[in-house]
Parts: sequence; structure tokens; C-alpha cells
Amino acid sequence: MKRVIDYIRSLFLFELLRGLGLTGRYMLSRPFTLEYPEEKAPVSPRFRGLHALRRYPNGEERCIACKLCEAVCPALAITIEAEPREDGSRRTTRYDIDLFKCIFCGFCEESCPVDSIVETRIYEYHFENRGEQIMTKGKLLAIGDQYEEQLAADRAAQAVVR
Amino acid sequence: MDGLIAFWNDLPVVVRVLLKIVVIMLPLMLMVAYYTYLERKVIGHMQVRMGPNRVGFFGFRMLGLGQPIADAVKLMFKEIIIPSGANKVLFLIAPMLSIAPALAAWAVFPFDAEWVLADVNAGLLYVLALTSLGVYGVIIAGWASNSKYSLLGAMRSAAQIVAYEIPMGFALVGVLVAAGSLNLREIVLAQQGSLLHWFWLPLLPMFMIYFVSGVAETNRAPFDVAEGESEIVAGFHVEYSGMTFAVFFLAEYANMILISALTALMFLGGWLSPFQGTALEGAFDWVPGIVWLLGKTFLFMFLFLWFRATFPRYRYDQIMRLGWKVFLPITIVWIVVIGAMKVGQLPWWFD
Repeated sequence: MKRVIDYIRSLFLFELLRGLGLTGRYMLSRPFTLEYPEEKAPVSPRFRGLHALRRYPNGEERCIACKLCEAVCPALAITIEAEPREDGSRRTTRYDIDLFKCIFCGFCEESCPVDSIVETRIYEYHFENRGEQIMTKGKLLAIGDQYEEQLAADRAAQAVVR
Repeated sequence: MDGLIAFWNDLPVVVRVLLKIVVIMLPLMLMVAYYTYLERKVIGHMQVRMGPNRVGFFGFRMLGLGQPIADAVKLMFKEIIIPSGANKVLFLIAPMLSIAPALAAWAVFPFDAEWVLADVNAGLLYVLALTSLGVYGVIIAGWASNSKYSLLGAMRSAAQIVAYEIPMGFALVGVLVAAGSLNLREIVLAQQGSLLHWFWLPLLPMFMIYFVSGVAETNRAPFDVAEGESEIVAGFHVEYSGMTFAVFFLAEYANMILISALTALMFLGGWLSPFQGTALEGAFDWVPGIVWLLGKTFLFMFLFLWFRATFPRYRYDQIMRLGWKVFLPITIVWIVVIGAMKVGQLPWWFD
């Protein structure tokens, strides 16, 4: 008896009809598509995008060249050289991040004792020539200056969990 | 108006026939182009995406309606690569062999009671002959490409089309018995009466089998093992590029439209109004028959896309089993049934 029922079922393609019903229902529902250049997905405050070096409100750069980020970086993307400045404080003379090596894990940001190196929400950038992928200290500081407000707000929003 | 008719009658027969062909071919080719667009849109929405929506005209996006034109232009300007070791002549003839039957079959197609290019008495036979001719294009393309993927695709396609040709032919025998004529126009006229007089009801199994076989004949999902992009890349046309590929593409879609239109013609009463024989008949008298025909054709064209978005590909042995062990016996049994109906003059179809 069961075989007869199975035979009839497969002959009349009931399951295929159910499948058609499913795709038919989905056709009438709204597409999930986000039309990218015009619409953008919301970005979390924890987003790990392009890097930046931050400054204190008085304009002094935060980085003290402790090299914790260089040590923790799993991809060896960070290169730091440091020597004392004229006023005796310890500062970097070179702070390079190779974005081809970087895996955007965010360890540098977590390891930083002074919240200097951070990852921003920027994810739309490109390079046109070899060498441009090296984010030098100047470039990183410039990004930090440009987005300081956003960066400070994001750090504040995450302060509870950090 | 009289002047125009006189001018028309003065034209040489060849020119008149050519003009008629153009009148059929142009809308058909446009339909093929926009069928690809419709396919991408429909399947897109079934997969909860949008489908093409960027390319428009004159800087406006217009829901991506420019996409087929852009695709056509791109394919026309691409290089035609002929693989080394390929049989050049056959390689170039194959796409033409596959599109010619798909277009030639429209010659006997009645778009309305009077609108038919060639009112051939054996129209059904002609259509059957031409739809099965398309397989030569596929086989030759597969063989001439000198590639194992192509050859595999071609062999699968040949076996599949041969297998489905038979139930398809038998389904048409059913139509032939029911209508008592091989002339496509008379087949439609035999369905006159009402929606329930159409052949889909007495020939219900034939109707289903004809359409499914049609899907298999055109190598469409879920019977697209001949293309099988996940196993043999693109099957028989893997070596084709540029316009030669585009011609295969056109042939496939033209065949789909042809199968849809033929199904509408033979089982859903062609250009006959669905309101015939009801109180609404008078209210819809002004609608030209071709609108009904197009509507019915679109129904099946949509089904093609719906199938493709829904079903995974059949395994090869399942395809063969379905063709030989399911469809063939059903059609043979139903031919006997329809014969009995005809002899018994079963009302209200055959009285």
C-alpha cells in the first residue's frame, strides 16, 4: 500500500509542485538587495576598517612607541622605529602598516595602552600604484585627524565592553 | 488604403514573402532578447535579489531594460575563437543549424484565424520535423569543437532529445487524433467552444508530457545535462565565443518561445478567447486573437523560468527513466483512451 502511495506521489510530482509554490512565494516578497553605491549597509562601532593614529585633544600624538602593536601583529604588518624627541619624550620616527599584509584582526587596537592605533569605519579605499599600500605615520595621523569625532564616539560607545 | 493594397499586390512574390518573414522575425527576435532579460529578472526575484537594473537608455536606468541590448552589442564585438583541431566549417555551421529550425518552424504558425505565413496541410508534421532537427546543431557543435566537454555534452543532448522526441511525438499524435487534422489552424479551430473545449482537458496527461518534454528538448533546467555548467562547464558550446555563442543562445530561447507557443496552440486553444461560450464573450470581442495567444504563450514561457529557478538538475539516468519508462507508457495508454473517446463521440469534445 505504501509503495502504491509513493508511486502516485512521485507520478503526480506533488513535491515538485510544493517547490514551485515556495519559489513563487519568494518571487512576490521584497528582494533583500542593497543597491550599494546608493545605499550602504549600517556599520557597527566595532567595525575594523582602515587604520588611523589618534591624537590627544591638545594635539599631541598619543603613540608612545611601546611597540606592543608591532609585537602582537599576527601578520607582521606593522613596522615601528622610535627615538627620543628633543623634549625627551619617546616617539616613533616611523610607523608603517602594510595593508597587503594586514588581516584587519584588530589586535593592534586592543593591545594599544593609549588608544592610539585604531581601526576606523572606512572600507572604501583603493591603491593605484605599488607602494601606496604602505600606510605611513603621516597618512595614519591624517586619517585620525579627519575622523577623530567619529573615532572618539565609537570608542565611547564601546567603553562598557572594552 | 486602396493604393497601399494595390502597391502590395504589385510587389513580386519573393519580396512579399520576405516582408512577411521580417514582420514575424523582428518581434520574435525582440522577444528573444527581452526573454533573457525577463529570465534574469524573474529568477532574481525568486532568489530574493533584483536582477539587472542598471543599464538603461539615455542615462536613465529604466529597470535595466537596456541590458539585453548591451549584452548583444558586447557579444557582437567579441572575438570568435576557433579552437585548434576544430573542424572549421562544421564549427561555424553548427550554430546556424541550431537557430534555423527554431525560426523556420514559425512559417506554419497561425497567429490568428487568417494570420499564417504558410497554411501547410501537414503543419504539425513540419513542426515536429523542425523541432527535432535542432539536435543536429548541438551534435555537430559538440563534435566539431574538438573538446571532450563538448563531445560529452553533445552525446548527452543527443540521447536526451531522442528519448524525449518520442513522448513528444506521441503527445502530438494525441492532438492529431483529437483534432482530426494535421493543419495547425484546424487544430485550433477544433478546440472552439469554450475554455473547457480546449484540448488541455481531454488530453491532460498529453499536455503535461508535451510541455515537460519540450523543456527537455530545449535542454533547459531541470533537464540541462547537455549544458551542465557544474559538471562539463557549458557542454556542447563550451568552445564557442562571441557571436557564435550568441546564436546558440538565441536558438535556445527561440526554441523555448516556440515550444511555449505550440503548447498554447495545441492545448490551450491558440488565439481563441478564454471567455468564449460564457456571458463575457461579447465584452471581450474587441480583443484581437493574437493577444490571447501571446498571453497563453507567456504563461508557458514563465513556467520555463519558474522551473529553472526551482528544480535541481535531474541525474542522467533519472532523465532517461522519466522519458522511456514514465512518459512513453503514459502517452501510449492515453492515445488508446483518446481513441476510445473519439470513437465513442464523448461529449462535449468529440460529438
